[in-house]
Amino acid sequence: MSNSNDINSGIVAQDLKAFFGNIEVLKGISVSMQKKKVTALIGPSGCGKTTFLRTLNRMHELARNASIKGKVIVDGTDIYSPGIDPVLVRRKIGMVFQKPNPFPTMTIYENVVAGLKLTGRHSRKELDEVVERTLVQAALWDEVKDSLRKSGASLSGGQQQRLCIARTLAVNPEVILMDEPASALDPISTAKIEELIFQLKDTYTIVIVTHNMQQAARVSDFTAFFYLGELIEFNNTRSMFTRPQKKQTEDYITGRFG
Amino acid sequence: MAAEIDDIIVSERSRDVQRKTFIRADNIFKAVIGFFAFLVIVILVWLGIQLYESSQLAFASGGIWRFIKGSTWDPVTGVFGALPFIYGTLLTSFLSLLIATPLGVGTAVFLAELAPKWLKRGLQPLVELLAGIPSVIYGLWGIFVLSPLMANTVEPFLMDRFGFLPFFTGYPLGIGFLTASIILAIMIVPFIISVSTEILSTVPVPLTEGMYALGATRWETLKKIALPYAKSGIFGSIVLALARALGETMAVTMVIGNTPQISKSLFDPGYTMSAVIANEFTEAASANYLSALIAIAFILLLVTLVVNAVARWLIWRTTRMK
Amino acid sequence: MKGGGFSYWRRKTSNAFVTILFSSSVLIVLLPLILIVGYLFFKGASSVNLNFFIHRPAPVGEHGGGMGNAIIGSVYVVGLASLLGIPIGLLGGMFVGEFPHNKFSTLVRFVADVLNGTPSIVMGVFAYTVVVLPMKSFSVLAGGFALGVMMIPTILRTTDEILQTVPTSIREASLALGVPYWRTVLSVVLRSAKSGIITGILLAGARVLGETAPLLFTSFNNAFFSYSVTQPISTLPVQIFNYAISPYRDWHRQAWAGALILVLAILIVNFAVRVFSRQRFDQTV
Repeated sequence: MSNSNDINSGIVAQDLKAFFGNIEVLKGISVSMQKKKVTALIGPSGCGKTTFLRTLNRMHELARNASIKGKVIVDGTDIYSPGIDPVLVRRKIGMVFQKPNPFPTMTIYENVVAGLKLTGRHSRKELDEVVERTLVQAALWDEVKDSLRKSGASLSGGQQQRLCIARTLAVNPEVILMDEPASALDPISTAKIEELIFQLKDTYTIVIVTHNMQQAARVSDFTAFFYLGELIEFNNTRSMFTRPQKKQTEDYITGRFG
Repeated sequence: MAAEIDDIIVSERSRDVQRKTFIRADNIFKAVIGFFAFLVIVILVWLGIQLYESSQLAFASGGIWRFIKGSTWDPVTGVFGALPFIYGTLLTSFLSLLIATPLGVGTAVFLAELAPKWLKRGLQPLVELLAGIPSVIYGLWGIFVLSPLMANTVEPFLMDRFGFLPFFTGYPLGIGFLTASIILAIMIVPFIISVSTEILSTVPVPLTEGMYALGATRWETLKKIALPYAKSGIFGSIVLALARALGETMAVTMVIGNTPQISKSLFDPGYTMSAVIANEFTEAASANYLSALIAIAFILLLVTLVVNAVARWLIWRTTRMK
Repeated sequence: MKGGGFSYWRRKTSNAFVTILFSSSVLIVLLPLILIVGYLFFKGASSVNLNFFIHRPAPVGEHGGGMGNAIIGSVYVVGLASLLGIPIGLLGGMFVGEFPHNKFSTLVRFVADVLNGTPSIVMGVFAYTVVVLPMKSFSVLAGGFALGVMMIPTILRTTDEILQTVPTSIREASLALGVPYWRTVLSVVLRSAKSGIITGILLAGARVLGETAPLLFTSFNNAFFSYSVTQPISTLPVQIFNYAISPYRDWHRQAWAGALILVLAILIVNFAVRVFSRQRFDQTV
């Protein structure tokens, strides 16, 4: 528990194991990720990086047959301890998915306030304010301010992803998890998302999964390298990419396997 | 050398001949199976024409509208109006939908979203079984089990508590609109369940996950994401069930009381379009009588045709979205 | 991660409430099933004996008798219906399944669905006008026609769906060997779709086996053992109906016994289909 008392640690995983049925996809991960920093999770596909991300806000357990052992401590509380409601965990730890998933039955405006509207009543003014603030934060306001009543599905892929980010910001989380948020986007949209991440880290703790090592090097402060369900190496990004400690890490970031 | 070239030319030619016979055989094959597919359309058109022509006698005096609006059905004097049957069919169908819709959609949501896999696998065959029990057996059960229960317990209770409402008045016979509607509801609920469950499972996982990730509860995710997405398909399943209810015959015939009257009270006996055909067809001695019954079948065909087409369109619209 | 006061409490409560509501709707739906199956065994089982299977109905007032002629009649009518329903359903389904994406196939599929939703009593009237009226007699033929037409859409649609799941690679492998298209479909494609198609046929048969309404004025009824195609015949569902609405206690008893036999027959077919199709999946997985 010593790690969790550290004022800087945003999320601490302790011997975290994840399963699909009997298959162990995470084999005891222990790591401490700092507050208001960007941590990148890298590794070849199937290494467990996405699963690890999904254990951090209890999304993993939504899949059939999925289960968890170990602890994830956020602000001194283990989110897997009995009596903790995953609904409240997810409110505090937001998530942006690989493929943009705006809700097709809602307008842009409704998409942004979808999470906010779940908790109590909000005045029209309050909602308008949140919509504008988060869309500005997500660098989408100028593009959509005149079409807030249009369907979220009418936007381009890059715009949709920024809408999803605004939607996540609207519920005021402390942590944002991103699962390859730019992998389905064109280079220009990717650049916008990366810029956004850079601005958001002043306010939020960010954990991002990426298969793109340049992206990891550009946006993150720390990097964790996963391989076959294990955490091979965790370090600050600069050291990781210049002086990897482990042979496997070096092989991966120099492109010798993966 | 020349002989060899000849050989090649010959074999080319024979292969050509072979290919042509292949193509001809393939075309014949396609034409044959295409013809059988076409027969399905022929049957529906034939069915429509046959019933239309055989019902001409009934429409002869005053046309189809007069037949539909006529509220007297008296074979003895030869007056044939279909309104009491249309009323009975519509009333029992809509009442049964009222009962079956919440139960069917609720069960579908349970199966698609809440039940663990093993339970879903156990329950689905039971729902199919409910759909597979023949109508006449529902009727048998209706006569000997449900009807006494209605007469002795349910209807007196309703009269006692809600007797001030016009549709809970009269005498608790145990046969009539209400009993028929309950039997119908039991019979159509599996259709709502199986189609709605299928529709709900087409809701894309990323959408529901997106809602969960915002801190929504299961009910909120259902209400905001899954149900709006599946709305038109679920509505389609309800319309499909309506089509079943409109045409359902035996069970209704056995518990509705077979009295051609338009009554507000749900306890009163009535009659439906399908029931009057089932009961009186073999007794129809005159050509007019027979034609009137066939005319009712024709109207029933038209109505179910339209309702079915609407249902298919609604379901198709949702499944296509994916 | 602490709960957010009243609003949070309200959300949790409504979630729990709705979950209970949905779960209980399952129980309400299954209750009639349990009651019906329960009553069938409770009331029917005691009257099922050898006599029931081999005797014809006893005249009013006489004790005993059975539904032997009705059981034979049902098999007879459904058998005849299969002669009409299987070829059209199967071959038509082959066309729609092999050429799934043209306007004609879409139309056929739609018409089959509409036909499938047409009330069975309407099919009875149809059969009456095209078979009974010209022949001037109720007959096995008329009943078989009505049920046969009802079998077509079920068989056509299952054949259609199964053929569409047969991978293109199987067709291509055969065509690449120089096997003509028609033989590819008839031998290779049909063989790999065989169990699915048989499933569809069995289900269609099980469905019409329980049909009563279309038989009331086509195959009609017959108190005797009869084997002629042009004569009326007794069938199990019609016999159950006639006995159920009769005023005699002994006939009610027989109706329950007949109902039990009918449901068991349908259950057995459905169970066979389940085992059959599971086998198929085990092989492919």
